[in-house]
Amino acid sequence: MASYNTSDFKKGLKVQIDGDPYLMVECNFVKPGKGNALYKCKLRNLVRNTMLERTLKGGDSLEAADVTEIAAQFLYRQQDMFVFMDNANYEQYELTKEQCDEAWKYLKEGMVCSMVLFNNKPISVNPPNHVVLKIEYCEPSMRGNTATNLTKPVKLETGAEIICPAFVEIGDMIKVDTRSGEYLERAKG
Amino acid sequence: MVDRYLDPLSVVLPRDPRHPEIGRKLWLQTSPEFGMKRLMAAGGEAIYQITRAFRAGEAGKLHNPEFTIVEWYRRDDSMADGMQLLSDLAESLLELGPAERLSYAEAFELHAGVNPHRAGTAEFAELARSRGISISESLSLGDCDGWLNLLLSHLVEPNLGQTHPTILFDYPASQAALAQVHGEPPLAERFELYVRGIELANGYHELRDPWVLRERNRQANSARIAEGKPSLPEESRLLAAMEHGLPDSTGVALGFDRLVMLAAGAASLGEVMPFLIDRA
Repeated sequence: MASYNTSDFKKGLKVQIDGDPYLMVECNFVKPGKGNALYKCKLRNLVRNTMLERTLKGGDSLEAADVTEIAAQFLYRQQDMFVFMDNANYEQYELTKEQCDEAWKYLKEGMVCSMVLFNNKPISVNPPNHVVLKIEYCEPSMRGNTATNLTKPVKLETGAEIICPAFVEIGDMIKVDTRSGEYLERAKG
Repeated sequence: MVDRYLDPLSVVLPRDPRHPEIGRKLWLQTSPEFGMKRLMAAGGEAIYQITRAFRAGEAGKLHNPEFTIVEWYRRDDSMADGMQLLSDLAESLLELGPAERLSYAEAFELHAGVNPHRAGTAEFAELARSRGISISESLSLGDCDGWLNLLLSHLVEPNLGQTHPTILFDYPASQAALAQVHGEPPLAERFELYVRGIELANGYHELRDPWVLRERNRQANSARIAEGKPSLPEESRLLAAMEHGLPDSTGVALGFDRLVMLAAGAASLGEVMPFLIDRA
């Protein structure tokens, strides 16, 4: 397995620590007291999304992580299992709801997502930034109320709940920002 | 000077351009210290120099292998005089007021809750663990200095020079480099200036005894060899000048690029140096 020496360290490097893949988000070279060179690194666990701070000595190395990103189409959901297909080779991948993190809220059949593979196993999936979804249920809006500062919870066709302006109705198609989980606008059906 | 942790860059000066590989191996200076001390030995009284210096393998937000150094020496200066001169300079350049003086021991007691001169490696390791400093298993810090440097960078340095400049002084004797050592516990007459958590200058009440320097060179070379680094020449014209007689003096080296960075309110050298090593 390839590895990276401290002199190769830079932002964006994908490495493996204790069996988990990490993304190097920061690496600072320090030489306190004119002593030994240290590399203070901040790494993000690509599976758990947690941050790790790790200090290494000049000359140390970290194993490279086999991390790739593919375009994967969401096929269907089976209880808490979400099934995707690699658009390039038709390989199928399954992710649990937990592995999907927030993404499950926006997954609609046929949607093309970006999926991260570690040692050829999926570890995370990202839907497009903007998706259009149908409102499955919400309380009816009060007649004539078009103010946008009034909000209400709505249930989307995916089963997720988000907050929308009070004027939307069951059956409306709405555009949602998947990064913030916020309602953007009404979309044409 | 053989330093355990400073790696000079070597160049070959060819005697014959047709055979560039055959020539005299020379070193690029890691600081202008040698030459300036020879000038002091030859009668210099107060000298300074602004020049390029080179250090292999040092690259990052606050390091570049090629950088500009400001170095000065003044005859008959004690460490206190040297710290005052440095504080005056920092005050006039950065306008953050005079520098507070904080001994190495005071700084460790204040920010890490440990006496750096009395505690041992087991205590340092336990402290690092309890303060959540995660280190790689291969990071064998071995001696006390390795641990002290780790704790310094994680717990102490970020707090130094935050409201006004801080001068850290009285380093452990094992980190004396070219400073005189006195007292019990033995302390090095070495000092460093910090501004906003960044080390800006390093000074010594200069070592004058050539035999002490020879011994430190020998120790630094054995540590280098143990770490798999090439040994460096121990004899030099500086040693000869010291045998002839180096006057009592205090000298300071200051990182000019870092000074510009701090004065400009920048956070990394890349903002004030157009071509760092990764874009050279």
